Amino acid sequence: MALRRAQHAALAIAALALAGCAADEGGSGQGPFARYPAKLSAWGLFDGELAHHIPAGGVEPYDLNTALFSDYALKFRFVRLPEGPDGDVEPALYREEGPFEFPVGTVISKTFAYPADFRVPQDGLRPLETRLLVHEADGWVGLPYIWNAELTDAELEIVGGPIEVSWIDAGGARIEHTYRVPNANQCKTCHRTDGERVLPIGPQAAQLNREYTYPDPDGTTLEENQLERWRRIGFLEGTPPAAEAPRAPVWNVAPSGSVDERARTWLDVNCAHCHNLTGSGRTSGLDLRKGHRDRTRLGIYKHPVAAGLGTGDRVYAVVPGKPEESILLYRLESTHPGIAMPEIGRGLVDVEAVELIRQWILEMEPPGPRERAG
Amino acid sequence: MKHNLLCTSVCLLTLSACAQEDATLRPGDNDHRTLQEALLTAEPGAVIELAAGHFELDATLSLDVEGVTLRGQGMDETILDFSSQAPGTGGEGILATADDFTVENLAVENTRGDGIKVEGTTGAAFRSVRVEWTNGPDTNNGAYGLYPVQVTNVLIENSQVRGASDAGIYVGQSANVVVRRNEVWENVAGIEIENTTGADVYGNRAHGNTGGLLVFSLPELPVKDGRDARVYDNDIVENNLPNFGKEGAIVSTIPAGSGIIVMASDNVELFGNRIHNNQNSNLAVISYLSTGRAYNDPGYDPYTEGVYIHGNEFVGGGESPNGDFADAFVALAGGAFPDIVWDGVSNPDKLVEGEVPADLRLYIENNGDADFVNLDLGSVFAGGEPNVSTDLAAHQGALPAVPQPVDLGAATGGAP
Repeated sequence: MALRRAQHAALAIAALALAGCAADEGGSGQGPFARYPAKLSAWGLFDGELAHHIPAGGVEPYDLNTALFSDYALKFRFVRLPEGPDGDVEPALYREEGPFEFPVGTVISKTFAYPADFRVPQDGLRPLETRLLVHEADGWVGLPYIWNAELTDAELEIVGGPIEVSWIDAGGARIEHTYRVPNANQCKTCHRTDGERVLPIGPQAAQLNREYTYPDPDGTTLEENQLERWRRIGFLEGTPPAAEAPRAPVWNVAPSGSVDERARTWLDVNCAHCHNLTGSGRTSGLDLRKGHRDRTRLGIYKHPVAAGLGTGDRVYAVVPGKPEESILLYRLESTHPGIAMPEIGRGLVDVEAVELIRQWILEMEPPGPRERAG
Repeated sequence: MKHNLLCTSVCLLTLSACAQEDATLRPGDNDHRTLQEALLTAEPGAVIELAAGHFELDATLSLDVEGVTLRGQGMDETILDFSSQAPGTGGEGILATADDFTVENLAVENTRGDGIKVEGTTGAAFRSVRVEWTNGPDTNNGAYGLYPVQVTNVLIENSQVRGASDAGIYVGQSANVVVRRNEVWENVAGIEIENTTGADVYGNRAHGNTGGLLVFSLPELPVKDGRDARVYDNDIVENNLPNFGKEGAIVSTIPAGSGIIVMASDNVELFGNRIHNNQNSNLAVISYLSTGRAYNDPGYDPYTEGVYIHGNEFVGGGESPNGDFADAFVALAGGAFPDIVWDGVSNPDKLVEGEVPADLRLYIENNGDADFVNLDLGSVFAGGEPNVSTDLAAHQGALPAVPQPVDLGAATGGAP
């Protein structure tokens, strides 16, 4: 019922937006975005006070083993599946690799938030933006919503924009930062992983194969593997037992994988949505997906192509054993728009990940017989 | 009554908001928002007009709607200034990922990364656009000015680029390309046609760059083996600027004073160009092997095959050969580089009875009194002594099948 009510609300607001041409002075919701609700609340994803993100009926929270770095923002993810003709939830289809196949009507929601103090991250959370991925009949659409100052709702803001934010970091230092909400095209830059279709990135088997602490209606909590639960509640069809599904390491938890496994997973999550054979980074010839062992495509003794000043006077993308000579590391350590990678969505250096990649390059096998340093 | 009042105000709002959609966009308080919103909400085929004035942009402008024209009032009137581009907002000034994008009559200044990039589309036209780093040559300038990559049907005309720390006009991994009547100066490379098939490059003026015009094929890229370029009627003058590129990029190896370099591209015709006073070498034809750069790409062809150089005018140049390549020459032959320098490297696997087949040879004729050297580095690579030769007789004749003119079709305005 809650689901149905929410859909009605969404439709009503969408109709309003259409009639208004430019329903709000900011201009979001024009053109191809006119049919979407101007406010996040209209999607009916959450019950009670919106900022508390209490999932409404039919909305599942989830987490990933290794996530994209977004300037240290904490992320809160939810998915809502549509109802099938019989009134039951229409499940997603399990895939061992790549994102699950979600039915048309699926809404995936991700809220980016900062705590006032990372030493007590559960307190004083300030949501900045909520990005929706909505599965329409003709494909997925990305919609950025920015939270208002009162944190009562978030508004569709297709051009994104800067938000001033500050926090105390895990080491106790005060950080002042201009956080950047990407625009609706930039959603596609990352999510068009195959260079053609916009697709979800996170919800795949290896990433979801982990425990999640679910709140119980009686006020207690319940720990359950996400894949097992999704299967149990009819969210996912074709799921093997979690023990048989792939499981990605947690990049910063050493026991979850070797340095190589964790580094390759981190690169896969943070870089490979563009740097694969068909994504927007294909033109560089650099392929940072995990699971392949082609050293040149991985950047080892590979010359840069269009890096420009991004080379940092270094000759190869990756020099085994020599992180300080590797362009890849140089670009992770920079925030200069002409140098930094990823190009969008990162305005701070992911210091801990840089250390992992440094370690990975340091421990890397020395050059094979075909590789020359020339 | 109250209801009517509300309706009136809403209707007014609606009217004014809708009317603005076709109006010219003007500089204001938040130029990124104004322009990015127009690009996001444009209908396919829309023309977005920008007024004269100075737009201050703190983030990349991205476009993903087909057939859009972004039009200013002139390259000295409508200025998009990216000096304040913030971290995490993109790697270029304008990024277009939709087919049939046209940008014209405006300037893009001081991007922190590339100027205008078009990626993976069909149909891209750059007309009367200026991309400039106004501080002049600087290692920390953005890499490319005009930058189509993996685009089919590209037109770049009547444009200007200055200050790029890599190439002013860079066409990469593309097909069917016309680059004409542009002016490029004070870049590391003026114009670079790279891993591209079918390019007509004519009527351009490249001066005061480190290297004027490069026709390259590079390894370890998804689209390889560029071919079929016609380079004609260009002025390639005094490209003697010290190289200010960052090490690592291929252009950082270009010796200052390079006029035209053809490297590893096949079937290239160069004619009617005026190549003057490029102090390293006016025109060089080399294989990738002569760069000494290692690569791991079994599918890549490093040899330059089928080059036809005719009817060009050479003046001065070659007085100060520099770089590793030149060192080898000076050691071997000494003195100034002749007008046309060939590294003398051919694919040994393709020789027929010891001869390079006719369609893979270097042909040189009717270039006035232009002189020539064959450095015969092929013999050096084979472990022997080079037979350095200045004899043009072996290179008389015409390429059996010259490249055909590029036909862009209607997508980019029916050019040429």
